[in-house]
Formats: sequence, structure tokens, C-alpha cells
Amino acid sequence: MSSFSEALLTAIELILLADSALYEIIALSMQVTLAAVAIACLIGFPLGAALAVFKFPGRNALTVIINAMMGLPPVVVGLSVYLLLTANGPLGPLRLLYTPTAMVIAQTILVTPIVAALSRQVISELAKEYDETLRSMHATRLDTIGTLLWDARFLLVTASLAGLGRALAEVGAVMIVGGNINHATRVMTTAIALETSKGELALATALGIILVLLTIVINSAAFMINSALESRSNA
Amino acid sequence: MHKAKLISLPQPAARINKLNWSVKLDGVSLIDNSKSIISDVSCRLSSKGISVIMGENGAGKSMLLKMIAGLVVPTEGLVQLHPSLAGRTAMVFQSPVLLRRTTRGNLNHALKIARVGKRYRRKKIATLLDICGLTSLADQQAKKLSGGEQQRLQMARTLASEPKLLLMDEPTTNLDPRSILAIEELIQETNRSGVKIILVTHNLGQAKRLADEVLFLTQGQLEEQGDAKKLFAHSNSETFNAFIEGRLII
Repeated sequence: MSSFSEALLTAIELILLADSALYEIIALSMQVTLAAVAIACLIGFPLGAALAVFKFPGRNALTVIINAMMGLPPVVVGLSVYLLLTANGPLGPLRLLYTPTAMVIAQTILVTPIVAALSRQVISELAKEYDETLRSMHATRLDTIGTLLWDARFLLVTASLAGLGRALAEVGAVMIVGGNINHATRVMTTAIALETSKGELALATALGIILVLLTIVINSAAFMINSALESRSNA
Repeated sequence: MHKAKLISLPQPAARINKLNWSVKLDGVSLIDNSKSIISDVSCRLSSKGISVIMGENGAGKSMLLKMIAGLVVPTEGLVQLHPSLAGRTAMVFQSPVLLRRTTRGNLNHALKIARVGKRYRRKKIATLLDICGLTSLADQQAKKLSGGEQQRLQMARTLASEPKLLLMDEPTTNLDPRSILAIEELIQETNRSGVKIILVTHNLGQAKRLADEVLFLTQGQLEEQGDAKKLFAHSNSETFNAFIEGRLII
């Protein structure tokens, strides 16, 4: 109990003292996470919609694969991206290893299946409702996907928040491809792992508390904005 | 270059008068889950006016309409639209499925799908709202409209694509008399503008008010077809006579 109180006090102290190292870590965490989630949404929304709308051989198999990829082990993703970006790897000349870009790539790979699978689920339901109407209007497949994505926009926010949760909590993959380099690739989760390994449990817990608070703040903000837009749309 | 499509409802044109048929069915059958829904229906529907498909519940009326719309593929036989009608069909469903947008948003979406340029849409939306009496409800969420208003919006949405053939599946079911009158006036006005209409109904009064041609289905088979006035006056089909006299068909 006392160690938790100590951690809480450390967290408050870190925030109030506006510790520049802490804010640097938070800023990089947000930068990497939001970039990865944005890219994952750009890929995952249309992919989910396409899986819901298009009928093609192997669609069920692809759906099962994407669903299974939601549980991809982060260290395996990290290792795969590492092998791609390492000096001798196929993308080695790009010199992306141990950069925030590498971390964004790894997180995008982890988050995209979540966004795509949840989008497919949401859009499948809507597609059933709209199917005959859109076909009778001679809508093209592209029209259909656009219509479904727009009309499911409030539900898709939930899919993106699920992806955001995964990205914010990610440690294994970003540690491997980012290297946890101070002032370069250190993010909240890798900093927590480092402080724990050093035995700085109070600081690690404090960082953990800040990470949880950040997650709550982002989700609350998204929820409120979404609710406001939805009620405005239904007014 | 995109050519603007203008709403032509008020014009008394009858562009498809030159045709002598609009839809041709040749030995059309539909089997669903080993159950025969439509059985060997062959006929030609007139090129103009309002053709009404009648029959008791489960006779296959709606399925036949969906086959004409291309939404359901027949198990056997051929459904043929006159070449001039290809891609110019629209369908009004019994239960309108409206998008999660405003009345205006629904019409804008329909015009977008019909490839009407953005700068022409505002004027067309205003015309469609006016035709269907929805101007005051333009910015209301479509899902919050009353049943009759939703049905009128669905009509307006189908008219956005300027169809030459309008297929309507029991569009006035569950509506109050005032809403039914509004929809029927809209149907007649649309037809007068040159749009061929095929209407499914089991409402005998409505069929008598609107039909120029009648098709009567029973148990998936075409029992009777012909000029509405003549058939309502005299038919050789005992089942049809029983139907229009309100006798129970068992």
C-alpha cells in the first residue's frame, strides 16, 4: 500500500514539476500511437468494409486469418519488422531501424487486424440492412463501401478506440524495433519496462499510472466527441 | 463531360409509348429451399401505364417484382427488360430502408449514386422535396419521419435517378388513408410523366384506383392477366373472381 502511495506521489510530482523527460516520452508515445492508429484505420476500415461487401473465393478464410491476427504476439511482429529493417534486411537501406517510424510500422501491423475485424463486424450488419436498397439504386461496389463506411462512422470509432488501446499498451514490438533509446525512441511502455528492470518500481508505477490516466482521458474525449456528433446528427 | 439530368416529372411525356412491352417473362420459376415460389410464369407487361400485380399473401408477388428488379435471380426462365429500360429501373420497398442521414442527405446520396454533378444537386433536391411534399422536413433525420413521410422520401429517392421503370412493392401497407392518398397521387403523377410503373398490392381498392393492367398470381402461377377495366368487369378465372369479390380462397 505504501509503495503504491509512493508511486502515486511520484506520478503527481512528475506531472506537476512538468518533467521535460517525462513530457518527451509522453509526446513520442502519443505521436507513434496516433500515427499507427490513423494508418491502421485508413487500411482497416476499407478492408473491413470490403470483406463485408465483396463475395469472393477465400473470403471466409481471409476473415478467419484477420480475426486470428488480432491476437498476434507483439514480439513476433517486432522480430519480423526487425528482420525487414535490419541492415541486411530487404528494407535495410531505408535505415529505419531504431527510429519512431519503425515503431509506427510495428504498431500498425498489430492494430490493423483489430480495426479491420471490428469494422467488418459492424459493416456486415449494416450491409445486410442496406443490401437490396443499394442494389436497386444501381450503386457500384465502391458506392456501397463509401455509403456503409459513412453510415457506420459512429460505430467505427469504437473499432479505432480498440486499436488505440492496443497501441498504447504495446511494449514488446516497439522495444525490439525502437530499441528504447533515450531521447529518440523511448515511449511510456518501454520506459516502464526499463525502470522496472532497474528496480525503480516507484517511478515505473508512476509512469504506469500516467499511462492509464492518458488512456482514460483519450477514450473519454473520443466518447464525448462521438456522442456529441451522434446526438447532433440525430437531432 | 457530365450532362446534367433534370427532373422531368411535370412533363406529360410518354417516352416509352413506342414500345409495346416493358418487361418480358419467359418460363420464369423460382425455387427456394426446395419450395416453389414462382412457377413457370410467362407474360409481357405493357409499355405504359400502371401494371398491378395482385394475389393473396404468399402468391409470389414480391418475389416476381424483385426478379424484375434484378435483385433475385430466377431458378429457371428469363426475365427481360426492354433494352431502353436497362439501368433505368428503381424500386420502392414495402418497408423503406433509409440511410442514417437527413431527408436532404438521403436525396443527395441518391443523386451522387446517379452520378449527378455536385453543382446540379441542390436544385434537384429542392425539386424532389417539392414534388414529394417534404420541403419542410428537409433537414430532419430520415429515421425520425413518420411512416408516410418515410415512404414519400423513398419515392423521392427513387425518382432522383430518373427511372423509366418504377417497381413498387406494397408501398402503402400500414399507412393511414391520408398518407395512402399522397402516395397514390405521387404514383399517378409519376406515371403521367412517362414512367412505367409496376405495383404490387393486395389492396383491391388500390388496384381498382390505379391499375391499367392487372396480373393476378395464385400459388406462384400467373392466373390472370389483362386490361384492368375489362378484368374487373369480367374474368373467366374463378379464383380471380373470388378474390375481387372478397370471398375466401382456400
